Amino acid sequence: MSDIALSERTSSNHTVRYALQDIGTVTKRNLIRTRRIPEALFFSSLQPIMFVLLFRYVFGGAIPVQGTTYVNYLMPGIFVQTMCFGAISTSIGLAEDLQTGLLERFRALPMSRSAVLGGRTSADVVRNIFVILLMTLVGVLVGFRPAGTIATYIAACLVMLLFSYALMWGFALIGLSAPNAEVAQLMSFPILFPLTFASTAFVPVQSMPGWLQVFAKNQPVSVTVDAVRSLMVGGTYHDPSSIWKAIVWSVGIFLVLAPLAIRKYRKV
Amino acid sequence: MSEILAVEARGLTKTFSKGDVKALDGFDLDVPVGQVVGLLGPNGAGKTTAVRILSTILAADGGTARIMGFDVAKQAGDVRKTIGLAGQFATVDEYLTGFENLDMVGHLCHLPSTSIRPRATELLEQFGLADAADRPVSTYSGGMRRRLDLAAALVARPPVLFLDEPTTGLDPQSRLGLWDVIEALVAGGTTVLLTTQYLEEADRLANRVVVINAGKVIANGTPADLKADLGATVLEVTVGDHDQALRSAELLKDLSSKVVHVDGDSVEITVEEGPSVAAEAIRRLDALSIPILGLSLHEPSLDDVFLALTGQKTEVDTEALTESTKRRGRKAKETS
Repeated sequence: MSDIALSERTSSNHTVRYALQDIGTVTKRNLIRTRRIPEALFFSSLQPIMFVLLFRYVFGGAIPVQGTTYVNYLMPGIFVQTMCFGAISTSIGLAEDLQTGLLERFRALPMSRSAVLGGRTSADVVRNIFVILLMTLVGVLVGFRPAGTIATYIAACLVMLLFSYALMWGFALIGLSAPNAEVAQLMSFPILFPLTFASTAFVPVQSMPGWLQVFAKNQPVSVTVDAVRSLMVGGTYHDPSSIWKAIVWSVGIFLVLAPLAIRKYRKV
Repeated sequence: MSEILAVEARGLTKTFSKGDVKALDGFDLDVPVGQVVGLLGPNGAGKTTAVRILSTILAADGGTARIMGFDVAKQAGDVRKTIGLAGQFATVDEYLTGFENLDMVGHLCHLPSTSIRPRATELLEQFGLADAADRPVSTYSGGMRRRLDLAAALVARPPVLFLDEPTTGLDPQSRLGLWDVIEALVAGGTTVLLTTQYLEEADRLANRVVVINAGKVIANGTPADLKADLGATVLEVTVGDHDQALRSAELLKDLSSKVVHVDGDSVEITVEEGPSVAAEAIRRLDALSIPILGLSLHEPSLDDVFLALTGQKTEVDTEALTESTKRRGRKAKETS
């Protein structure tokens, strides 16, 4: 009896170790790919920079905000928007692997079943960390002056990364459902546009019609922006409850979408 | 039953909801350990579906399959440790180098990490890819890609290898090269299930050929058996035009032991006594003043076997072939 229990425990230890090792292997493979296609990284970084310049210098003057400068108000929104748009690369990456036949090979290997999705999302988190560093630099160059300490800044980054990680599982589901990478990208925009623009990311919601305000104040992107703003800007925007709400949203999204994505992966 | 079969499939069925196509319809297969079995059939016959089920990628609707005694549905993990899969739909990563691809597969097969590098290096050398080891696969030619694909399937030294149309879309020289590699593997004792549309390929590599059409096995034997079943000799007569060919077929029908086939301006009949039948054929055609432009006697090829079994020439596959080449080509940016 105890022998059986012991051997079961050993084999489940093996399973976990192999799963982590396989996730690491697939993550490494995805990061090598990112490095081999520097154009993709360059242009996907250029897009959020354009958004910073657009809102900072073109629209910003017409958007009144309270308690801080517009650029300080803007940057948390830009960060979260960039995280959301970055999740598209999760869907594109998986759609490509499906299309080229690499997933077929993976599925015939004795590797952990969770490694493909785990490795994809982990690589995209690494990419997002790079993007946060880049956008921080760009922000500072256009006048962004975060309040608070290094610790609150890092906390804000973790809140965004958690949200982006949860979102990636939804985009994994899209990538595995799309017939090809191009369509995966097209399928992503109708979801991202309302979430990022009908939100507190770029403008205060008070200017929106009442019915839209209800959505814009409570949807996950806004809540995450509010949390990041609370940590990076503070003052008028100090709102500790938004941090908890953001974490609850992220965990909730993950718990719903990750099993769906995993189920889809097993079936494709 | 005492002897374990490397591959054992019983009554496999699979229907795809799209188009309601029965891809497999009671498919049976035995591959003894150490043998090479060629699964032969036109595109859409169910070859790839069979391989995908046997390699645990796809679940069958009905029937059972075992690889080295492991059930593909219930012991998928053990099956995956036993098999290597290479071919048209399993692929390598474009953006990784040849070495990185093999290194990745080695890790995913959970080989001891110290043994992965030597194994990858050994395979790259064996398959003539040592010089290209550190180049991204996107710079490889079609033949190099297929060799790397095969190498990736061999990293963990699997006792059972599935090769799904390993040479489809390759130029003749690359095909010959890949055949040499496969023959060397077989000499080393690996059990191989090979699917192919090329009869020549099955004839050269396989101990036994299983012919599949519309998801069912329609013939099974050594290449020699299949040819013997058909008759001793094929007589081919070329006449002036298609109409004359049809008339000739009518005229020569009773000389044939089995098949009479008209293709353009020529007639093919399968006969027992080649030379005497050829003389008789000449006499009959001459009597009606049908001009004979060419006449030949040859051993039946697997092409003839296939024709006799399915009533289909295998050339129908060229369409499917160009399609799959296109699919690859778009990704490949061949350096040719």
